[in-house]
Amino acid sequence: MNGLIARPWSALKRSYSFKEIVKALWKANPVSKQILGICSSLAVTVQLQTAIVMGVALTLVVASSNLLVSLMRKGIPRNIRIIVQCAVIATLVIIADEFLKAFMYDVSKQLSVFVGLIITNCIVLGRTEAYAMNNPPLRAFVDGLANGIGYASVLVGVAFLRELLGSGRLFGIAVVPEAWYQAGYANNGLLVLAPGAFIMIGLFVWLEHRVLEKN
Amino acid sequence: MENLISIGVNSIFVGNILLSYFLGMCSFLAVSRHLATAAGLGVAVIFVMALTTPANWLIYHFLLAPGALAWAGLPNSNLSFLKLILFIAQIAAIVQILEMIIDRYSPALYTALGVYLPLITVNCAILGVSLFMVERNYSLAETAVYGAGSGAGWCLAIIAMAAIQKKLRYADVPKGLQGFGLSMIVTGLIAMGFMLFAGISV
Repeated sequence: MNGLIARPWSALKRSYSFKEIVKALWKANPVSKQILGICSSLAVTVQLQTAIVMGVALTLVVASSNLLVSLMRKGIPRNIRIIVQCAVIATLVIIADEFLKAFMYDVSKQLSVFVGLIITNCIVLGRTEAYAMNNPPLRAFVDGLANGIGYASVLVGVAFLRELLGSGRLFGIAVVPEAWYQAGYANNGLLVLAPGAFIMIGLFVWLEHRVLEKN
Repeated sequence: MENLISIGVNSIFVGNILLSYFLGMCSFLAVSRHLATAAGLGVAVIFVMALTTPANWLIYHFLLAPGALAWAGLPNSNLSFLKLILFIAQIAAIVQILEMIIDRYSPALYTALGVYLPLITVNCAILGVSLFMVERNYSLAETAVYGAGSGAGWCLAIIAMAAIQKKLRYADVPKGLQGFGLSMIVTGLIAMGFMLFAGISV
């Protein structure tokens, strides 16, 4: 029984995509290791829900822009490659933005300009320029997916702590019991404000470095 | 007039584009090691923001907004979904033209600012200010003040950061916190300082 579960698991662990995703989550995380895409990762982390939507939107945009640029890479002239990449990314971001407006209007209002700002998010242009321009489509797609997931993981981690400690809620539902407030527990209001995001991500990176050093 | 002053003060201090909207972090973290370069980039950002934001206002209100094409006989048009792509193209074009003009007429200014200009095209604060301007329905005068004010706010923040980094050079920082982690915490403290301006009303 054990072997039955272990076999697909070890096959999965050996696969190329799995290794790429683990690398982006941990050793080469785009946010905490390569310091890319900080802007949006801070602004949308007041609530868990917006953070998850933003993470998914960015993952889809990076993965599909990597795929498209990689498919076109032989036809793109060297000198205008940045403009071509920007056009591809901008088109995909517009699609994501319109999609959110149509199907998740409330979340789209909360994310306001930050979905549009995926265009100038360094992760997206960084991956298309550094990876998709010289690699085959499938690998580029996996690379985009991996980096998107790595970015989303930091986003969700920070949002989880900020929403839990800052307003005592998760996904908008109160999780800190009323009895705690009676006993003198108070929400940390600073975490909901802008400085809380900076400090939280600083501490997050510190923790990650400590854990990596130990390993 | 009072309205304009309050938008200006707000965009520099309380609603600082970097410290309360987190825009332009990448170049903020990369270029804040030296005071002189930080100041150079800051001035270049003021310059570009003050030019591109009103220019984007014109594009939006005469081409893209719902009903904006009435002058061309198309009263039902709504091209506002194209704003992302047109704004970024406009910013890239203005930065390019600016670079050529400065190079032609003021070589001294070019050596001081020239290196930073291409960096600015991908600075998300520039695009962000243009998008906020649309979202908040500013008029042309308000937009001009808001653009310049946001640039000044960004410049102020990066200069403060560079000055603090200089002082921190000899500080004994825990190993895991060095670099990125510390920069974020210092930025958080600056942001906290700037929040105190919130009580001031003009």
